[in-house]
Amino acid sequence: MTPAISVQGLKKTYADGYQALDDITLDVQRGEIFALLGPNGAGKTTLISMICGIVKIDTGSVKVFGHDNVHDYRQARSYIGLVPQELTTDAFETVWKTVSFSRELFGKSSNPAYIEELLKKLSLWDKKDAQIRTLSGGMKRRVMIAKALSHEPEILFLDEPTAGVDVELRKSMWAQVRQLREMGVTIILTTHYIEEAEEMADRIGVINKGQLIVTEEKKVLMKKLGKKQLIVHLHHPLSVVPESLSAFELGLSKDGQCLVFTYDPAIQNNGVLDFMDALKSNAIGCHDIETHQSSLEDIFVQLIGES
Amino acid sequence: MNYHGILAIYKFEMSRAFRTIGQSIASPVISTVLYFIVFGAAIGSRIEDIDGVSYGAFIVPGLIMLTVLGQSISNASFGIYFPRFTGTIYEILSAPISFFEVAIGYVGAAATKSLVVGIIVLMTAGFFVPLEIQHPVWMAFFLVMTCITFSLLGFIVGIWADGFEKLQLIPLLIITPLTFLGGSFYSIHMLPDFWQKISLLNPVVYLISGFRWSFYESSDVSLGVSVTMILVFLGICMALVAWIFKTGYRLKN
Ligand SMILES: Nc1ncnc2c1ncn2[C@@H]1O[C@H](COP(=O)(O)OP(=O)(O)OP(=O)(O)O)[C@@H](O)[C@H]1O
Ligand SMILES: [Mg+2]
Repeated sequence: MTPAISVQGLKKTYADGYQALDDITLDVQRGEIFALLGPNGAGKTTLISMICGIVKIDTGSVKVFGHDNVHDYRQARSYIGLVPQELTTDAFETVWKTVSFSRELFGKSSNPAYIEELLKKLSLWDKKDAQIRTLSGGMKRRVMIAKALSHEPEILFLDEPTAGVDVELRKSMWAQVRQLREMGVTIILTTHYIEEAEEMADRIGVINKGQLIVTEEKKVLMKKLGKKQLIVHLHHPLSVVPESLSAFELGLSKDGQCLVFTYDPAIQNNGVLDFMDALKSNAIGCHDIETHQSSLEDIFVQLIGES
Repeated sequence: MNYHGILAIYKFEMSRAFRTIGQSIASPVISTVLYFIVFGAAIGSRIEDIDGVSYGAFIVPGLIMLTVLGQSISNASFGIYFPRFTGTIYEILSAPISFFEVAIGYVGAAATKSLVVGIIVLMTAGFFVPLEIQHPVWMAFFLVMTCITFSLLGFIVGIWADGFEKLQLIPLLIITPLTFLGGSFYSIHMLPDFWQKISLLNPVVYLISGFRWSFYESSDVSLGVSVTMILVFLGICMALVAWIFKTGYRLKN
């Protein structure tokens, strides 16, 4: 099946000579939620802008459902809805007008019933006749989402959709994104909130300094790179890790109540048993044991550190 | 063709004008009235007829051109500059619409607005001097062509400008002098020989001359030359816009 988005060897050097993207190759499959993670200035927005036709492509190509986004731009762009990172709206337009405008701009005949449904879903219906400048930041963000969805796109780009959105609304946006995915919409989002990627994404791409350093199924990524921690609750608090246990990768909790042993569950001889033995032979008493899977955040920090 | 898209841009631009309809109409009407009080009544009564036309009536075509040129440029340049400035241009760049279609939307709307203003100025003038239009079809032709050509020029200015100062620079530094020196308030035959020749380098002379001919059948240059010049000017603007679109100049990084 043709991928929703197919990016081949994409490079970008801005006019000031800064190379923002360095040879990105990436396929996003139909119907998946793909999260693009990376620190500030990594090139996430640049990549999205090039796919959407806002930034010129130096080298490489972008295909949207098999349509080249330069030569066959009408077809390619008609599939895409974009929610940009910046809140850029026409301050003096009303919500209703600006959303209707977007739909028609994308070549679709007006459909008030659909726009009504959309605004209701995004809890914007009671604001439909309000000028955008009178809305709160979170509402403006939702107006941008409504604009992006106004022409019933098959691919939705969300560039940091939940920046500046409160916890409750963030949860409801996640639910809406999932709902869209169920309707078959392919979603590409960027975020700094790793919990967001962890919560939402099927697949994750990590981008750093213009290079895609990893693309992987979220589960595989977390398994592959995810170390586990064995946390041992001690009878008696320690002030330092005992010399006799220095062979192990150990940490001590702040209050000295817990020893934390980091190990890789994918390896057979990972030292879990040896560690337990060492505890016993050193007469370090414990009353509880727990294990903890490292989060995507830990993985992310590790990856960025390595690259 | 993305007709819905063109129409959406056109409607959007027109509704922007309707939001400030008071200003859009009041300012040209007020300045026309002022021109007539000063040049028509106060000074004009002491100026003899030019080519058999009273001075008050003589300045009507020039006055309309003066307003229409300024309006076309400022409407069109602001129309495209503003979304560039606020960033809302992202949506147009990401839409399945060609630059050509975008230009039709913006230039069409700007030209419509200045055409309406031109007609309002004409009607205002009618309160001060008896209007006679010998060749209404030619008059409409010159008016519409001027609206389109200078809206295109405004569109180019709006894309070229990278700040509000530049947006005002062209109208102020180039268009205003050209219209004032283009024979809005006098026949260039009234100038010394040397300045007459210099005036012929000014494209606005041909517009005003042709436009005035459609009113009173008196002109500085022949009708054919006027028509040719405006078409040439239109051609140059279209070529420039085509080049901008081909290269994405100032629109895409
Ligand atoms: N128009 C431009 N001209 C020059 N350099 C640019 C331009 N736009 C972006 N850059 C540079 O390209 C790099 C990548 O920027 P980009 O906006 O793609 O990062 P990002 O991953 O989206 O960051 P963030 O998480 O902060 O949004 C940055 O170093 C930025 O300074
Ligand atoms: Mg960004």
